[in-house]
Amino acid sequence: MIRVSNLVKEFGKLVAVKDISFEVQRGEIFAFLGPNGAGKTTTIKMLTTLLKPTRGSLELDGLDPAIDKNEARKRFGIVFQDPSLDNELTAYENMDFHGVLYKVPRALRRQRIEMLLRLFELWDRRKDLIKTYSGGMRRRLEIARGLLHTPKILFLDEPTLGLDPQTRNQLWNHVRTLNAQEQVTVFLTTHYMDEAERTAHRIAIIDHGQIIAQGTPAELKQQTNSDSLEAAFLALTGNTIRDEEAGAADQMRQVARMFRR
Amino acid sequence: MNAIYILWLRQLKRYLRSRSRVAASLGQPLLYLLALGYGLSPVFQRAGMGNYIQFIAPGVIGMTVMFTSVFSGIELIWDRQFGFLKETLVAPVPRTIIMAGRTLGGATTAILQGVIVILICLAIGFRPTSPATLLIALVYMILIALLFTAFGTAVASLLSDFQGFQLVMNFLVIPMYFLSSAIFPLYGVPRALKVLATIDPLTYGIDGLRGAMTGSHFFHPATDLAVLTGCAVLLLFIGSWLFSRIQL
Repeated sequence: MIRVSNLVKEFGKLVAVKDISFEVQRGEIFAFLGPNGAGKTTTIKMLTTLLKPTRGSLELDGLDPAIDKNEARKRFGIVFQDPSLDNELTAYENMDFHGVLYKVPRALRRQRIEMLLRLFELWDRRKDLIKTYSGGMRRRLEIARGLLHTPKILFLDEPTLGLDPQTRNQLWNHVRTLNAQEQVTVFLTTHYMDEAERTAHRIAIIDHGQIIAQGTPAELKQQTNSDSLEAAFLALTGNTIRDEEAGAADQMRQVARMFRR
Repeated sequence: MNAIYILWLRQLKRYLRSRSRVAASLGQPLLYLLALGYGLSPVFQRAGMGNYIQFIAPGVIGMTVMFTSVFSGIELIWDRQFGFLKETLVAPVPRTIIMAGRTLGGATTAILQGVIVILICLAIGFRPTSPATLLIALVYMILIALLFTAFGTAVASLLSDFQGFQLVMNFLVIPMYFLSSAIFPLYGVPRALKVLATIDPLTYGIDGLRGAMTGSHFFHPATDLAVLTGCAVLLLFIGSWLFSRIQL
């Protein structure tokens, strides 16, 4: 379903992704694990047409997202690491906006919006503006939205960041259910090892822009003689803490927070 | 087509829902109309130039349309910072369509804002030569709105955060307003000022509006229309091109 070979992304002198290759099978849940700044989000951005690769080839359901952009875009849904809802619109309007952009016919759109909002337990709040939503509700809505156009692949970039354990648990249950029911291929990244271990069929560990290990959770533990995935992860990536530079978006959010007070 | 409509509708909804912002953005035109309009009126009259309210009202209407358009173009930075832009950019819709929807939406809100200011002007004593002239004024408002929404989008495509925004406001947008003959007539001004006014596209918008509503033109109406249309088309192209190059 997804095939990446010898992918490289350079930003000036910085090499964010160094020659990575992997494959994800149809119907699989595949997790990308790695410390901050390892290249996870950059890889997702290239797969989802937001960034052009410097070198290497990509394939999504047989299409090259760098060339057949619009065809490739129809095939995936994505939940970004940062929020991407319009806070001034209601939940229903956010869903409807998405449905129109993805050319989901009106009747089907209504039906799927209702089905997904009910599934993610947001139907009763559909007429509320997003700015009144909690973090967990926003996340659920983003996943529901990503599934509206029945994509073959769902990208989840750290979807549970900042959520409480109850919400995280519920969210992964939904993802597993959807994967089983609609046969959606899921490509996810996360920092929470236990989540990856419970949810993903296969895992790739990425560090400094390179994939350093790949396999099922059991295989990774065996490789490193560890009894948990977390121990395996630390054995592979070391204990040093990575500092990511604060981007413009982070600064902006600080300013926005200041004004809201 | 549906994509353009939904993008347009989104901006309209956002505009209509932010009543405090609508009210706040009326403060500036009101200040110009009341403080300058009434304040400079006696001097203007004594200089033999007639009623100053009649002169400044089209200028303030043009200013409102221009500022609102630039802001709605620049709103792209908000969409970018708060993530919503990503949602539109990964959708299977060509960038030109997204640009078209955004521009039409932004231009519509600017025109609505301009209409509110026309009503305020009428309420405080501005009298256009005939009600029909308001329709010609609308044509100029549409052109100003499209031109400056595209301008805002072009600028916002180049900026990734609000750091550069003040720079653009203080060195481009506000000078364009002050040099546009919105608040003073171009007759007898120093040559340098006149040259600057001639290269400012807003001058032709204000002149067109004033000519349509009060009958006093500085340039020929055909010149006003041609320059405005030309600049609008050019900026729509530049804006689309810059917008299509955005990478996140």
